[in-house]
Amino acid sequence: MSTPTSVPLQSEIPPARAIILTRRLSDRVFRGVVTAGGFVSLIVLGLIALFLASRSIDIFKTFGFGFITEFKWDSGDPDNGIPPVLGIGAMLIGTIVTAVVGLVIALPVSVGMALFLEYYMPIRLKKSLTMVIDLMAAIPSVIFGLWGFFVLMPHAIYWAKLLHKYFGWIPFLDVQAPIFERSPFIAGLILSIMIIPIVTSISREVFSQVPLDRIQAAYALGATRWTMIKAVVLPFGSSGIAGGAMLGLGRAMGETVAVYLVLNLYFQPNFQVLFSAGGSVASMIVTKFGEAGQLELQGLMAAGLVLFIVTLIINFLSNMIVKRTSRTGN
Amino acid sequence: MSAQVPELEVRDFSSVSPQKPWKLSPREVAINASTILIALILSPIIVQVTPLKGKLGLVLTFILVAMVGNIVLSFLRQGVQAIGNSIASTFIYLAAGLVLLPVASIFFTVIMRGYHAVRINTFTQDMSVTQSDGPYTEGGALHAILGTLMLVLIASLISVPIGILTALYLTEVKGRAEGTIRFLVQAMSGVPSIVAGLFIYSVLIVGAGGHYSGFAGALSLSILMLPTVARTAEEVLKLIPRDLREAGVALGGTQWRTVVMVVVPAARSGIVTAIILGVARVAGETAPLLLTILGSTTTHLNPTDAPISALPLYTFNLLRTGLNVAIDRAWTGALVLMILVLILFVLARLASGRKK
Repeated sequence: MSTPTSVPLQSEIPPARAIILTRRLSDRVFRGVVTAGGFVSLIVLGLIALFLASRSIDIFKTFGFGFITEFKWDSGDPDNGIPPVLGIGAMLIGTIVTAVVGLVIALPVSVGMALFLEYYMPIRLKKSLTMVIDLMAAIPSVIFGLWGFFVLMPHAIYWAKLLHKYFGWIPFLDVQAPIFERSPFIAGLILSIMIIPIVTSISREVFSQVPLDRIQAAYALGATRWTMIKAVVLPFGSSGIAGGAMLGLGRAMGETVAVYLVLNLYFQPNFQVLFSAGGSVASMIVTKFGEAGQLELQGLMAAGLVLFIVTLIINFLSNMIVKRTSRTGN
Repeated sequence: MSAQVPELEVRDFSSVSPQKPWKLSPREVAINASTILIALILSPIIVQVTPLKGKLGLVLTFILVAMVGNIVLSFLRQGVQAIGNSIASTFIYLAAGLVLLPVASIFFTVIMRGYHAVRINTFTQDMSVTQSDGPYTEGGALHAILGTLMLVLIASLISVPIGILTALYLTEVKGRAEGTIRFLVQAMSGVPSIVAGLFIYSVLIVGAGGHYSGFAGALSLSILMLPTVARTAEEVLKLIPRDLREAGVALGGTQWRTVVMVVVPAARSGIVTAIILGVARVAGETAPLLLTILGSTTTHLNPTDAPISALPLYTFNLLRTGLNVAIDRAWTGALVLMILVLILFVLARLASGRKK
């Protein structure tokens, strides 16, 4: 098969082709299409802000800043001259309270789990456990809600009673009446389970970047596993953990259905996390949506806009923090 | 042709992997196992003897006994330094337990309670002629299953091409706005699902005077799906070696041909993973569907003109009725949804695993 290839003579070598630096038409079209596709996310985010703002402009004209600070949602009664009062202050505070409760529970557990995966597990088990964490992130929120309502809540009420019994002297663990169902504490528990996979996987990602020589140096200096983690891993990963926590916080604040099922919405600010009254902007939108009149609907759009902006800011901060870590990491 | 290579003693350092000093020695494993065993035996006895009671008491005692046992054993072996280490280990094992317990409980509950109301008609009938508290042998989730499939299909048709284009923009074109777009895609992945639903509602249903429809639902889902597809596809395209792109261009290909005939085929299985992860992300979404497809009890296959149902919404709406039989049906809906997500998850694993 192999035929001897003829060595080209000097004269047969083709003249050098001119190098063309302009892009061909096909490439220009290709780059145009891809760029257009890339800008869709910009357009969509812009449209979301634009449409929600345009639908809710009347609300902000009518209620001004009071829409964010007012603790009342009353569509009014035009026949009796009662003016409508719409305000999501209590819902915003409630959103923050439940999300913070969720984060306070999730953060130590997630960091512990990430350390467990990275430094306490043989490789093979680590892979399958990481898969379980990924799978946990894929469980639909309605299933979390269902499970939270029927399985977790009975247990959580018992835990809440115990907490109240022994730690009731702490102001936020006190309750005004012994009603423990559907409290911010229970919503926070569900949220913590939902954000654990996010915080865990980001923490683990950061921990896996810890330079091995520093770990070996710590061991060489006589550190135990824990002193090594304390001296090397946690300082290295701290801002990554903070970024992951912020990301989890943003996710927790936007969660709707699971919170809807396990939280009693109440239009007064409540900082007693064990008491059955809380708030969540996202759940409020679902609750009020079915029965909303024209004005209330605009109010819900405005609430959505506020939620959108708040989560956008939190996401922005968390991305900055995570990015800074990965840069200083090397 | 080949030149004589002088014999050199080549020591291959590349095969020497760095030591991981945190690896447990067999002895440590044995000690850990024995403390857990001791705690397992001792804690029920302690609960019996002392006034502590209940499952919570048992668990707390178990943790305490395990911690004390671990501390004593490691103190005997290694001295004072080891005490902090043992306490930390106990808490870290505890954290792992606290993560895995709810997952196990969720799977167990959904299977046990969902299995209860499964009949053949669950997959062959809808709820159009059945009351939500009718007997299990009537009615089913067919409309919801078909609805979910339809929503996911349309959402994929919209968001997969755009997601891949976004990923290509970030990895191949690398235009001036690369950083901005990457940031915006990240930001988009944090948009609360209810906001996506509200947006589509305000545009299509209030603004354009449209109907609640499958198409509106699919649009809201595609907003949530796009960032997942784009980010996963970007990660995969980043892994394609530069050499391949350079080889494509060196062979005279334009960038367009190089990307379409070299880069994308090389990343094919990863892109499949991206699509599946995107689908898994949105298949279980409920909140945006409440505002866009509204829910329905009949099987309806036209995505443009009327409310439809979907599995998460079916589950949620049945749950809201508060009736016992309806709640059993809701658990069945949850089971079918969970199986769907699991299948997608396994498919994603298989697709991304094949690459290696």
